[in-house]
Amino acid sequence: MIERVRKSLSSASASLIAILAGLLAGFVILLASNPSSALAGLATVLKGGWNGGIKGVGQMLYYATPIIMTGLSVGFAFKTGMFNIGASGQLMVGGLISIYVGATWTFLPGHLHWIVALLMGMLGGMCWGMIVGIFKALLNVNEVITAIMLNYIGMYGVNYVIKNSHLYNQLRNHTVDVAASAVIPKAGLDNIFYMMKGVYKDASSVNAGILIAILCAVLIYILLSKTTFGYELKACGFNRDASRYAGISEKKAIITSMAIAGALSGIAGALMYLAPSSGMHIDVEEILAPQGFNGIAVALLGLSNPIGIIFSGLFVAHISVGGSYLQSLKYMKEVVDIIIGLIIYFSAFSLLVRDVMKRIAGKRRAAQVVQVHREGIPPVEVIPDGAAPDAAPRDDTGQKEAQP
Amino acid sequence: MNEYIIEMVGITKDFPGIRANDNITLRLKRGEIHALLGENGAGKSTLMSILFGLYRPDAGQILKDGRPVEVRDPNDANALGIGMVHQHFKLVHNFTALENIVLGVETTRNGALRMDQARTQVMALSEKYGLMIDPDAQIQDITVGMQQRVEILKMLYRENEILIFDEPTAVLTPQEIDELMDIMRGLAHEGKSILFINHKLAEIKQVADRCTVLRKGVLVGTVDVADTSVEDMAEMMVGRKISFGIDKQAADPGDVVLSVKGLSVAGRHDKRAVSDVSFDVRRGEIVCIAGIDGNGQSELVYALTGLMPVESGQITLNGADITHALIRKRNDAGLSHIPEDRHRYGLVLDYDLQQNLVLKKYHHEEMQHRSFIRVGSVRAHAERLIRQFDIRSAQGPDTIVRSMSGGNQQKAIVAREIDTDPEALIAVQPTRGLDVGAMIYVHEQLVRVRDQGKAILLISLELDEVFQLADRILVIYEGRIVAELDGKQATAQELGLYMAGSRKETA
Repeated sequence: MIERVRKSLSSASASLIAILAGLLAGFVILLASNPSSALAGLATVLKGGWNGGIKGVGQMLYYATPIIMTGLSVGFAFKTGMFNIGASGQLMVGGLISIYVGATWTFLPGHLHWIVALLMGMLGGMCWGMIVGIFKALLNVNEVITAIMLNYIGMYGVNYVIKNSHLYNQLRNHTVDVAASAVIPKAGLDNIFYMMKGVYKDASSVNAGILIAILCAVLIYILLSKTTFGYELKACGFNRDASRYAGISEKKAIITSMAIAGALSGIAGALMYLAPSSGMHIDVEEILAPQGFNGIAVALLGLSNPIGIIFSGLFVAHISVGGSYLQSLKYMKEVVDIIIGLIIYFSAFSLLVRDVMKRIAGKRRAAQVVQVHREGIPPVEVIPDGAAPDAAPRDDTGQKEAQP
Repeated sequence: MNEYIIEMVGITKDFPGIRANDNITLRLKRGEIHALLGENGAGKSTLMSILFGLYRPDAGQILKDGRPVEVRDPNDANALGIGMVHQHFKLVHNFTALENIVLGVETTRNGALRMDQARTQVMALSEKYGLMIDPDAQIQDITVGMQQRVEILKMLYRENEILIFDEPTAVLTPQEIDELMDIMRGLAHEGKSILFINHKLAEIKQVADRCTVLRKGVLVGTVDVADTSVEDMAEMMVGRKISFGIDKQAADPGDVVLSVKGLSVAGRHDKRAVSDVSFDVRRGEIVCIAGIDGNGQSELVYALTGLMPVESGQITLNGADITHALIRKRNDAGLSHIPEDRHRYGLVLDYDLQQNLVLKKYHHEEMQHRSFIRVGSVRAHAERLIRQFDIRSAQGPDTIVRSMSGGNQQKAIVAREIDTDPEALIAVQPTRGLDVGAMIYVHEQLVRVRDQGKAILLISLELDEVFQLADRILVIYEGRIVAELDGKQATAQELGLYMAGSRKETA
């Protein structure tokens, strides 16, 4: 147990170092565009939601909700050896279906309505993700290619469907709002995260979505680490041949894991578009939902660990909200976006770079050491305790490294 | 000139919790073949890693031609003329032999490659040492033996004087081993000094001049091979007298368990890898398929275990047709498989030991309840097998298998496959990479399983193993069974002829 705590702390420290690197990169941009307020700017970014008091924290939780979900989606696929770059499309498809259910299935009573809308959105994302899995399992088409194409098909498809249906509000160029019963409840959170403006209570947009996201993370954690299903999926991710040898159906594993990844992104879409205040409809825009791609950064930063993803999602939201306050320091909106993007992606990628470096170093060492002899050298990180300390060759042919 | 080209004097190396090398001295004479013998974990690799610059010794000195030198990294080693043939070759598979040889030391003019000069040199070397490589063949198309020669040429091309061979024979066929021995003698004759890591005593006896024995990190001694018997060397290595040859009663075959009829398996290039093979394996016998590597053994096993589709023919297990059954179904019906490639098939290297030990039975009721893994049972199961099969690792059930030694990885697989209480056990080179002690242990286990009335199909490339274990021997050549011999009466010579395809039974 202590060993496990120590291990997770050491991997968390890797994420923290990555975040520092990201902040440093952001600071360079702050310096470049407006040196006099660079320090104040950095402080603002770091302060995140707190810039807006407790309400700002609520906003941070609100922004964190969909990216925790897409982070889970990407991280889950990583764990099973696949790269789900299609979270964006899955999110859009899931979102559209929840909007459809939310706006039209008004015969559903009260609370049931938003729950059904949420579940249908999940199902939509699931189907979209499953297509990727089916192509990969049956036709051996690389999941990245299928997923990217499905992102565009999803975005344009969603826009097409909206514009050609009764859901379209032509005046505002977005869908009609969902019925009040389909909006995700605030679950009392608005009574925690608010600010008083005179006598008027200015509540943040936070809602039960964040609780649902955290619940999903816990469920995925249990699924991956406690069940035979998770055991099979991870085995496939680590070594497809050995999984086959063990009698696991790799095709089934690929399809189900992409379906689950899609479902998680679908929930992300549902939680986004069924959220009160700023949600409730989809704007018709020709851009891929950025939450899908931020999910990649969140997953990387959280080391694909579902619990880690909760924290990395919160961090990314924290920085984003903090960045939005930068405009008060006369930073241009575009620069603000660059800074936020830079911090997020630099954090994620410095982690990736660190991993790659470690792998290269490890391989080089393994290449020499191990192959040198198979009996007794512990690789540097392994501490032998009297038993045969050994370095085993990293076998490049058999084992598939977790992507990317 | 100094008699010794390399001397390692008083080398000590500590790792946390263990002293891997304790005051070890090894002196390599110019032009000799010097064997380094020891069990898995005796400290051979640590010592060679120090010589190759991968580790710094905590105490001791390395002398080249009598002068102290520092070997900080493999580049230093290379500069000192130390080269190594790794057990798993370091070759680029879609490069030609020549490209691999010059890789890293290419001759260029104005930034453009000049291969013609390298080619002349490589061919001259190849001829001089009788390596006979085809410089333009791609690595992926040539045999393992040829790949090894490319590795040797890599060292020669870099003008290395001291050549380290890490268990070079482990991957070779008997014929290739003989050829390698000749090559090594030729190299030594031309003044190269060879360090030969091995634990096959017969080979050491055959080719080495002197032999240094390590045991548990301590130097046992250096002996002249000519004056020392195989038994004495074995005793030095393991620290006690060991009996070669295991106790084995005559087989008492019962009902047919595994039956193969007219089996054909497709191979590469429109060629059948296995054609029209039929045989039975009965309860209580060990049937061994002997043959030179690449004659269809792998494909035969993959077809039996479901990893490869069957073209035609029938496989039955206890009378039930499993020709096209799912792998899971075969496993659960009692087919066990110790695979030839333990990293590709046998283990999930990034899982820990306990997870690997339940790879075939995690879905059984004893290991899971309503698809939640019974953590306690999995751990208890691992602890039992670790005890029973003496699987050594740094952190017991929690050890990531990637960090374990090859020998212990193999023990884990053997333990898992025997423990499932199989009806039929297919063991492919089950002792590959194991030291003598572990090898004897695995052999005993196989015999024990046989005596429990199980059917065992053993696929082996090593004649010693074949003769030791087999009750019946089937010889496979180019995908066909060319002979069936009695395990007790067959001679090595007879077997060799069949394996080489120069004799066929009219069956």
